[in-house]
Amino acid sequence: MKKVFQKPESLTDAKNHYCPGCSHGIIHRLVAECMDEMNIREKTIGVCPVGCSVLAYDYFNCDMLEAAHGRAPAIATAIKRLLPDRFLFTYQGDGDLASIGMAEIVHASARGEKITVIFVNNTLYGMTGGQMAPTTLLGQVTTTSPYGRKAENEGYPMKMAELLSSNEGSAYICRTAVNNPANINRTKRAIKKALQVQEKGLGFSMVEVLSACPTNWGLSPLDGMKWIEDNMIPYYPLGEFKVKEEQ
Amino acid sequence: MAKGRVKFFTDRCKACGLCIEFCPQDVLGFDEHTINTLGYHPIKDLKPELCTGCAICGVVCPDLVIEVERE
Amino acid sequence: MERVLMKGNEALAEGAILAGCRGFFGYPITPSSEIAEYMARKMPKIGGVFVQAESELAAINMVYGGASTGARVMTASSSPGLSLKQEGISFIAEAELPCLIVNISRGGPGLGGIQPAQSDYFQATRGGGHGDYHTIVLAPSGSQEMMDFAMEAFELADKYRIPVMIMAEGTLGNIMEPIIMREPVSKFIEKPWATTGCKDRKPNIVNTLHLGNEELENRNHQLFNKYQIINENEKRADTFLVEDAELVVVAFGIMSRIVKKAVVEARKQGVKAGLVRPVTLWPFPDEHIRTAAKNARLFLSVEISMGQMIQDIQLALAGSVPVEFYGRIGFTPNPEEILQEILRLAEREGL
Ligand SMILES: Cc1ncc(C[n+]2csc(CCOP(=O)(O)OP(=O)(O)O)c2C)c(N)n1
Ligand code: SF4
Ligand SMILES: [Mg+2]
Repeated sequence: MKKVFQKPESLTDAKNHYCPGCSHGIIHRLVAECMDEMNIREKTIGVCPVGCSVLAYDYFNCDMLEAAHGRAPAIATAIKRLLPDRFLFTYQGDGDLASIGMAEIVHASARGEKITVIFVNNTLYGMTGGQMAPTTLLGQVTTTSPYGRKAENEGYPMKMAELLSSNEGSAYICRTAVNNPANINRTKRAIKKALQVQEKGLGFSMVEVLSACPTNWGLSPLDGMKWIEDNMIPYYPLGEFKVKEEQ
Repeated sequence: MAKGRVKFFTDRCKACGLCIEFCPQDVLGFDEHTINTLGYHPIKDLKPELCTGCAICGVVCPDLVIEVERE
Repeated sequence: MERVLMKGNEALAEGAILAGCRGFFGYPITPSSEIAEYMARKMPKIGGVFVQAESELAAINMVYGGASTGARVMTASSSPGLSLKQEGISFIAEAELPCLIVNISRGGPGLGGIQPAQSDYFQATRGGGHGDYHTIVLAPSGSQEMMDFAMEAFELADKYRIPVMIMAEGTLGNIMEPIIMREPVSKFIEKPWATTGCKDRKPNIVNTLHLGNEELENRNHQLFNKYQIINENEKRADTFLVEDAELVVVAFGIMSRIVKKAVVEARKQGVKAGLVRPVTLWPFPDEHIRTAAKNARLFLSVEISMGQMIQDIQLALAGSVPVEFYGRIGFTPNPEEILQEILRLAEREGL
């Protein structure tokens, strides 16, 4: 028998601290598998956010930086500009990317920075105990929208993939989910494509991954996966929003 | 003989049960007789003979608990 | 030696380039923008990186990223911009990333005005952002020092793995003075901690998070041990006629040059005045202050602020000599104005 599935080399042996059924662990592995398959671990520099994945620098087996909340794209911008032949990725949650870090992500995309953004959308602030995020769905109860998010009060959930795909500098923008094995595999293909877009120097790339936070959703891990399907995907359609071809 | 074989790093398991749910062959279940260092009943191959080595369990596992081998 | 006429801001920018700076990240703000403009012209020609960031917040985080590659990088801004950068400076200080941060300072609070000011003294010398930390702060007093301090700042930054700040009043950025061009720096120290990709080594991590109680406390002690060494080795001040001075004036930056004139005049009129000019604002040259206090009956802190450095002078003197304050906001006092203040105090004290 031969091994067909194992821990990628681009992850360390450290046990992750995520809650049972949390999607962060899956997404980490997908990024690492792509690094392995492209043989770029030693050329990759990752920037992790403030959020539940703040400790991602302990899990990725490559050079890593930890950013201030929302600022990862600015940090990655400078590294990539100074070291253009390295692979740069940021790993960011929805609070990190779509709220406090909105300026940094929009401008990194507008400038066409040749970095790859892994955007983990779990509709709320996981780390701080499940507060409302810009991505919280209408009607969704969080600790700071205790009566459910209302458009009149809290506005509408933000569609980051759509928003960023309108920037000329964006070369690859895709939204995927990790709610079942097929979607997990699609997510991996998207991440790989994003890294390849970076390799070709085509511009900014981002994969928005619809993810589960079973803990703050108050659901079992399996029901969390179902919740992505039933509630998130209808509002946040999956697919590629921008694919810039080579000239 | 099963076509596939699963190996577990049981101390990493948080008993989220996603692998159990998504395994198309119903190979997996919780090991009710064991408590791992994280305090969970880890997963176990209750019906190893049915494993095809499809690796879906590994794909959905957030914690790198599972290694899969195939013929 | 070649002498060229240069604006302070440009001298500083050129000094940074001579020191090997190859990354500039900034956001326009008067009176600092000429530094960015100079870098925008120069960087592409020397294989460097210039990015006009979307905000000072982004700019300082680009500095965080840039410095983490081991490259010499910098940002420049003015007071309101420095307020925005404080988050990043705290992170950079903790992550021990060498870099240069320039404040061509102007008056506040709020939008204040674009008049030269020294009212960011507390912000610069007390850390400025959250947590226990310091940056080395250099205060030039002319175009030559704008260039020289930029070069020195990078050496200090690399030596101690610390962000170094240059604080200069807007006037210094704008005045043109002849300066001697320096030779480009050719020797740089190794930075094995840099995040450049982990080929042939273990991954490097640049982070500022320390969740364990002991880990966090140890981390703070490590930083403060370093600050202690800097305190012992890097305090700098110029002194002028302090040996027998009965009235010691303390002033930094452009003010120190103006005060020097007033001190010379005061001497002519029989007042034994002297000058201490702190070159490093942090670490503060308290020993120079104490040495100058030997015959002093009175100190006078002259600042373009409501009185901030005066606290450091008082701390240095620990009550042994009284300290007076003279300051303006929106105006840079002229030598005559300071002379009058010196004479007034001298007469009052019977000096
Ligand atoms: C400047 C700043 N503001 C607020 C916080 C507190 N904080 C930590 S994580 C977080 C939200 C993270 O949410 P998200 O980015 O969605 O990541 P998740 O935990 O859901 O993966 C907040 C607000 C902080 N660390 N820094
Ligand atoms: S709180 Fe949510 S996002 Fe954070 S680790 Fe737990 S499940 Fe994952
Ligand atoms: Mg989130």
